[in-house]
Amino acid sequence: MAEKKSIEERVKNIIVEQLGVNPEQVTPKARFIEDLGADSLDTVELVMAFEEEFNVEVPDEEAEKLQTVGDVIRYIEENLEEES
Amino acid sequence: MNYKPLLGKNALVFGVANKWSIAWAVAKTWHEAGANLIVGYQGERLKKPVEALLSELPPSPPSLAFPCDVSNEQEIKSFFSQAVKHFPKIDLLLHSIAFAPKEALEKNFYETTREDFIKTFEISVYSFIALAREAKALFRDGGSILTLSYYGSEKVILNYKIMGPAKSALESSVRYLAYEFGKDQIRVNALSPGPINTLAARGISGFTKFLKECEAKSPLKRNVEAKEVASVALFLASDESRAITGQTIYVDCGYSILGF
Repeated sequence: MAEKKSIEERVKNIIVEQLGVNPEQVTPKARFIEDLGADSLDTVELVMAFEEEFNVEVPDEEAEKLQTVGDVIRYIEENLEEES
Repeated sequence: MNYKPLLGKNALVFGVANKWSIAWAVAKTWHEAGANLIVGYQGERLKKPVEALLSELPPSPPSLAFPCDVSNEQEIKSFFSQAVKHFPKIDLLLHSIAFAPKEALEKNFYETTREDFIKTFEISVYSFIALAREAKALFRDGGSILTLSYYGSEKVILNYKIMGPAKSALESSVRYLAYEFGKDQIRVNALSPGPINTLAARGISGFTKFLKECEAKSPLKRNVEAKEVASVALFLASDESRAITGQTIYVDCGYSILGF
């Protein structure tokens, strides 16, 4: 479970840095646009930052589905290549 | 880098949005090669990110940023009046700006509206001419002007749509500017990289899939990186390329030679 927490933390750190929001606002249910004030550039930059941080690929059609912080954490958990 | 081919040169860079921007890769490389830097950023939205990027550069040579929304003639003029206070002359200019409305990229190409056509060409083509014109008088000892194009100017690239004709017009503008600026020893060229994962590119539908296809097909079996485009931009900024003007130079791992 330790690894799971660290993905969540890394995701949160990226969001806090990109959007300049308080860490407390970044809950799994928080929606990027409506709750965290992301604009259309932010959402693309966030996806690119997640891809870089986790070395995963988020195809366009998947990126559109990532509406909340929890969506992102789940996507990364499911698609992260096994790290040894 | 011990080799400082651009030492003492003054460079204007347009089109930095974030650390993935091709313009940023070029700006870093030129700066590392000794150039003084002024970055023109699109508006308030990009002020902080661009200033944060510049703060990562070594303090010397100097680097500055001023707003320059290229859709606004007045703002272009005020950018140059600020720039000239720091750079009494300029040697290098990079234009790495393009835009097409989302609707124009989603609909069929033949359905492009008059308004979307004009907007796309204004930002992606006219801005290059406008910046080159403003800069012209400041190139006291000749210099090098660069813009960024793409293969969609020559061949049909899936979902590139209105950007294809815009890049054709951009490459043609490179030739006409190169002709008229040549007598002042100002060189004008375009770089045409293969697909690169940038903010702008992610606006093209199916881009991530296309990246994979290009990687598999290109003669070098990989995609080009922004820093490799910057290497060519360094060459074109330096005196080593002093006989090259009016060209569109492919930096695409060979993709454009393919006929299949």
